[in-house]
Amino acid sequence: MAAETPAQPPAAASEPNHGLRIFLPWLVLSVVADVIIWTLWRPHMPPGSMSTAGVNQQFDIAVMAVLAAPVMIFVLLYFAYALIVWRQKPGDDADGPAIHGNTRIQATWIVVSSVIVLFLAVFGTVELFTAQGSGGGEGASPIFTADVKGPLQVQVIGQQWKFTYRYPQYGGFETTDLVLPTNTWVEFHVTSIDVIHSFWAYQLGVKADANPGVDNIAYTKIYHTGSITVRCAELCGLWHGAMFDFGKAVTPAAFHAWAEATEVHLAAVTKLLPPYALTYDPTVVPQMSKAMVAAGLTGGAGLYYPPDDPAEP
Amino acid sequence: MSLPARISLLIVAFAAVVAIGAFVVLHYFLGGPATVDYSTGVTPNTGATVHVVMQEDAQNTVSTHPDWVSYFIQDPKTKAWEHTTLFKVPAGSRIDMTIYGFDGCTPLRNPVWGQVTGTIGDVEYVNGKAMHQINSWSGCNVGHTFSIPGINLNVPMATPSNPNANLCATSPCLPATTAKNLYKVMTFSFNSPHATGEYFWQCRVPCGGGFVTGFGGPMQTLGFMTGNMDVVS
Repeated sequence: MAAETPAQPPAAASEPNHGLRIFLPWLVLSVVADVIIWTLWRPHMPPGSMSTAGVNQQFDIAVMAVLAAPVMIFVLLYFAYALIVWRQKPGDDADGPAIHGNTRIQATWIVVSSVIVLFLAVFGTVELFTAQGSGGGEGASPIFTADVKGPLQVQVIGQQWKFTYRYPQYGGFETTDLVLPTNTWVEFHVTSIDVIHSFWAYQLGVKADANPGVDNIAYTKIYHTGSITVRCAELCGLWHGAMFDFGKAVTPAAFHAWAEATEVHLAAVTKLLPPYALTYDPTVVPQMSKAMVAAGLTGGAGLYYPPDDPAEP
Repeated sequence: MSLPARISLLIVAFAAVVAIGAFVVLHYFLGGPATVDYSTGVTPNTGATVHVVMQEDAQNTVSTHPDWVSYFIQDPKTKAWEHTTLFKVPAGSRIDMTIYGFDGCTPLRNPVWGQVTGTIGDVEYVNGKAMHQINSWSGCNVGHTFSIPGINLNVPMATPSNPNANLCATSPCLPATTAKNLYKVMTFSFNSPHATGEYFWQCRVPCGGGFVTGFGGPMQTLGFMTGNMDVVS
């Protein structure tokens, strides 16, 4: 044992008020950071302000950033303060003062953390249930529905490895071009006819799963014209990475002209399509089964790929 | 364990790891089908015409998956049929395609792909007859498609009129020595993009029978029903 006499604890009177020395700069930095986040950064946060869903997501991300910034600043500030102030001095081999806990700090810590977490839980839930969450797809019976008569319906059909779009209000034509009008509520019906895909229209803030046999509804309203990047956000096979295209938002008049012209242009191929439906099951589409039977391909009882057939060898 | 034994074991283990790594690199990254070059001797971006010849067969007898449906590409110099789906064309050129369709029918999952798009005039010629679309649900008349999504190209492949198609005993089939009613000849033209790079192409008919949704196996393996068109300048 090196020493029988315990080290003398530092005199309490000589200790500065560490809490105050950390709190004041933290308060100033947090206010400055939050003001910068809310006023300067928020308009540039993804996915942009092209649509209602996009703006709502910007708001959500900004709220979380405003909440996270003070926490992050506190951690970094405390870390820096500890490194500088409580750094071991050269030649000082004495133990530090014993830590006995601090009920006030612990209570503050728990209360503040609980308030933040509970607020975010309520905030997140509300945001999902209202218009803010409508771009994520809420299944066949969405909680939020656009409170307007006759939104533009656009069916998004995922298939390896391309999205196609049907416009039921214009004769049900199907095209690889995504064209949408501004200032109009759009009601996406997202589905798939093979494996799981995910329709991600980045600038619109719409990202909805495309599952076979499921009608996944998502809403958005576009504020201004521009280009829309569409990607598949669900690993769906060899060419998943190449499953993207570019749509465009145009004025309502331009959209109407395009839709009517395309309906006429695609009239012949539209006749080949199955009647518009919210989902398509290739195993029971009558026309397809008929074609299989006519060809003598009855291995699946006239069905296309019956449920027991797609089996991985 | 003695020191020499330990050293020997270490060397053997190291060699094994190196061998496994080399196998992975060679087999999965550097291996694969060859690329048929249609760009040699052609000046890109001049609108010159390149003639690409392919065929699709119900099976192949040249791979470890003989029951997989497969495309073949004809080498422009040797005229030999290569078991590959990779080909190289010059940028900014007119690509005249000839595809021999030996395989029988499978209806399209989405009949919208029965439409011809992206070709010059949005037309293909099936045995010389102009077609703008083929209804695969009204009759068994589509075997596959040749589709390059990057340039919005989609061409359905018609099936032979003879129901005994698919019976080409050895693949690649030989059009010159095969009865005319056992295959169809599809011709169409499109312009290769000016932007160089690899443009993947695929078949949209779910002809990978036995796999999930018919889109596994040959549908997701280079050298069978999907590949790359490498546009070079």
